[in-house]
Amino acid sequence: MAGKVKWVTDIEKSVLINNFEKRGWIQVSENEDWNFYWMSVQTIRNVFSVETGYRLSDDQIVNHFPNHYELTRKDLMVKNIKRYRKELEKEGSPLAEKDENGKYLYLDFVPVTFMLPADYNLFVEEFRKNPSSTWIMKPCGKAQGKGIFLINKLSQIKKWSRDSKTSSFISQSSKEAYVISLYINNPLLIGGKKFDLRLYVLVSTYRPLRCYMYKLGFCRFCTVKYTPSTSELDNMFVHLTNVAIQKHGDDYNHIHGGKWTVSNLRLYLESTRGKDVTSKLFDEIHWIIVQSLKAVAPVMNNDKHCFECYGYDIIIDDKLKPWLIEVNASPSLTSSTANDRILKYNLINDTLNIAVPNGEIPDNKWNKSPPKEALGNYEILYDEEMAQSEGPDRDLRSRSGQSIGLKGNRARDFGKPGPTTWK
Amino acid sequence: MLGQDGGLSLTIAQLVQRLKASGLHSQLERQARLSLHRPDIKLESLKEDIKGFLKASGWEKKLQNAVYSELSVFPSPCHPSAPPEHIKESLAYMRKAQGNWEKRILKSLNSMCTELGIPLAQKRSVNEQKELLNKWNEMGTDEPDLSLFRPVYAPKDFLEVLMNLRNPNYENSEQPSFRNHLGLIQVPLKVKDIPELKEYFSELDLNTGQLDIDDSAEVPPELFENEHVRIGQKVLAEQDSAAAQQYVRQGCPTSLRAELWALILNVSNQPEDVLYYEQLKSNVILHDLLVDSLIYKDVKLTASNDDYYFVFEDYLYQVLLCFSRDTSVLQHFAYNSAIPPKSYIRGKLGMEEYAVFYPPNGVIPFHGFSMYVAPLCFLYHEPSKLYQIFREIYVRYFFRLHSISSHPSGIVSLCLLFETLLQTHLPQLFYHLREIGAQPLRISFKWMVRAFSGYLATDQLLLLWDRILGYSSLEVLAVLAAAVFAFRAVNLMEATSLAAAEAVLADLSTLKVMPLLQIFLFATGT
Repeated sequence: MAGKVKWVTDIEKSVLINNFEKRGWIQVSENEDWNFYWMSVQTIRNVFSVETGYRLSDDQIVNHFPNHYELTRKDLMVKNIKRYRKELEKEGSPLAEKDENGKYLYLDFVPVTFMLPADYNLFVEEFRKNPSSTWIMKPCGKAQGKGIFLINKLSQIKKWSRDSKTSSFISQSSKEAYVISLYINNPLLIGGKKFDLRLYVLVSTYRPLRCYMYKLGFCRFCTVKYTPSTSELDNMFVHLTNVAIQKHGDDYNHIHGGKWTVSNLRLYLESTRGKDVTSKLFDEIHWIIVQSLKAVAPVMNNDKHCFECYGYDIIIDDKLKPWLIEVNASPSLTSSTANDRILKYNLINDTLNIAVPNGEIPDNKWNKSPPKEALGNYEILYDEEMAQSEGPDRDLRSRSGQSIGLKGNRARDFGKPGPTTWK
Repeated sequence: MLGQDGGLSLTIAQLVQRLKASGLHSQLERQARLSLHRPDIKLESLKEDIKGFLKASGWEKKLQNAVYSELSVFPSPCHPSAPPEHIKESLAYMRKAQGNWEKRILKSLNSMCTELGIPLAQKRSVNEQKELLNKWNEMGTDEPDLSLFRPVYAPKDFLEVLMNLRNPNYENSEQPSFRNHLGLIQVPLKVKDIPELKEYFSELDLNTGQLDIDDSAEVPPELFENEHVRIGQKVLAEQDSAAAQQYVRQGCPTSLRAELWALILNVSNQPEDVLYYEQLKSNVILHDLLVDSLIYKDVKLTASNDDYYFVFEDYLYQVLLCFSRDTSVLQHFAYNSAIPPKSYIRGKLGMEEYAVFYPPNGVIPFHGFSMYVAPLCFLYHEPSKLYQIFREIYVRYFFRLHSISSHPSGIVSLCLLFETLLQTHLPQLFYHLREIGAQPLRISFKWMVRAFSGYLATDQLLLLWDRILGYSSLEVLAVLAAAVFAFRAVNLMEATSLAAAEAVLADLSTLKVMPLLQIFLFATGT
């Protein structure tokens, strides 16, 4: 057995450090030889920048893909998904089938979105079709709900664009770019409150695509009652579920932190709405995650030194349709409650077990397919290799399953393991 | 003792009287009258034809369910010469103890009123009414200052009372002897032993399929599950309360539970039921009661901080505030050992004609009361239906968890059953815990008083409550409490203090109810 893994991190979080120490790994500084670097997105930019020209060796692993922003920047994600849909349509793929209103039947999972200022004219055209709609403005490069606001009149956006032009010259550069998305104004409410889903997805390779879904995701609840009325547009506590925002609300509870497990959600939905629609919803959630990853796979730099754990944000509407809102490259590792701390510790533990098998010094010639026992709370969401080895006929089957709306089969096609048992 | 025939005819007379007063009676009459216009109803065979029509149109089933419901809620009548309080509780010392306990609760409530200078009830001003109406769906966002309010009592206060219960006809020397019970409960009541429990809970045995258990390696659990779901759908299609009650003994599939429970409890959420709920709501809007603050405080202290139930905070207010105004709850005092408290209009103290029940439903909430409602929020999202289900479960079962009585499902019997089971089947453990000053009942009492709500994971709790409804009995709570001790026996034997024992049993959220019950009842060598 070779030596101990040498680790570095620029994120001083106990859930990380405790996991490294538990494995007997050795902490080193970033200037020394290291095998494992858990880094922020700022650092990854430098590591792979042209100027530094850093070359990773076979025994080094980092927790981001070099151009993860293709998925995790709001504008680029939407761009890639739009491109992916067009390509499938061109190929004549049954996945790109549309309904009578020109909406994709299976690929319409991101709210209508435009880049601003670039697509301003397109946005205005869309807005005029439905002038009573509410839109949400988000800065492309920011996270945790920063800089977000809602609008429901064109004049508001004109004012915004005037203000930002005069305030600084560089506002036209892509860094200050915004996306504007149709606001989901009919969210599913539970106990009268709005929530979104935070799900963790691990990608170990993009080509072939292999991704895992973490079973212990959670719902994040707004502390204030949801009201679609426009008078509350300024009250961000009503609309945004980000913990970073909600923490400042008066009603924030530090025991549960407004978080509800996905298993609670499933129990509630099965009890009140039935098993079939609930299974269909969760299948659709798995579907849109895989599709979003497939959309960026061709443009992703599939560096063999990389893996990435994403935080998917999904909103469910009152017709139980899931919408992909955004994907985070650095899901928060701050623990807001005791349960949260356990969850995140286990998340990192299970992630490391897959990314760094047996806690040994990484070898990137490894084919990155861990045995089932090593998955912990992850389950295989999609394994392109496995899907192909099962024959070309399998992919077709899942598609036809999709197009006739067969319930409950898709998750199984993605290689979902059997139900766990007590004992 | 009444002769069999006499008892039966008395029961029937009572039933008929009760049903005549119900909405169902007038509905049946209306249907029968309307059917006269049908061509298939002939004058010469009028009675038979109408009977046939009521059967075919499903009204007979409704009547059956109503009869079944009455039979399961109301105890069979006593001998006509027995005093009426015997239906409430036949043992005089129990009635007396309950009376003293009520006096204590009232005293504490009254002194809080005086201290805070708040009346028991007052009419809201028009503005206050408007405001409350506006925030009806978001009462949880309101943060009134409740620091001066304290719960009237908590389970541990109640346990002290139960520990001091004594039967005056029984030799109660403090000297330990083979006669005394080594546990905290010192009254002699008949409780079931394991063979009787095995017989009683026979559907839970190892050879009967249960949801949430997959112990046979050869047969995939889906096989039983799919078959069980299919039968469940059939039961629902038949709309038969008795069949539903038998069915849920093996556990409800998640997606059928809401409807099955409603069928067992005979709750149908008809337009008049919705109207009734709305009426209660307007009563809440009109008057401010002191108990509202107690309810508010309780929700804030319990469900609002609970990982499973915080989401439903607003629903809890919508149910509990209406519950406190619901005078139909008073009917259950016919068979509850408790007597609803009375309050007198100002200046008319002690004059019976100026007495009103307070709160209007006669139930003073205690610390943890809202946890009886919280799990139901997972099943019903319409407040009016949620309300009816809760009221029905309360007046059938849960009231027994905080009234002193000798009923087998009453809290005293449950405590005694728990202690006896532990003492008989885990004598070493029982002795050890007693020696280190950790009487098992001190730990398990709160679980039983809350019917395990807030202690188990919700999916497990609902499987447990399936059995409460299925057997119309709370005894399963005591069995589970004993089974939990058995399950953690090894760790408990290592504990050397009450705090250490409590720590071993602090988190029950990972427990699986059915395997624990089965192992305890059927797989231990007795």
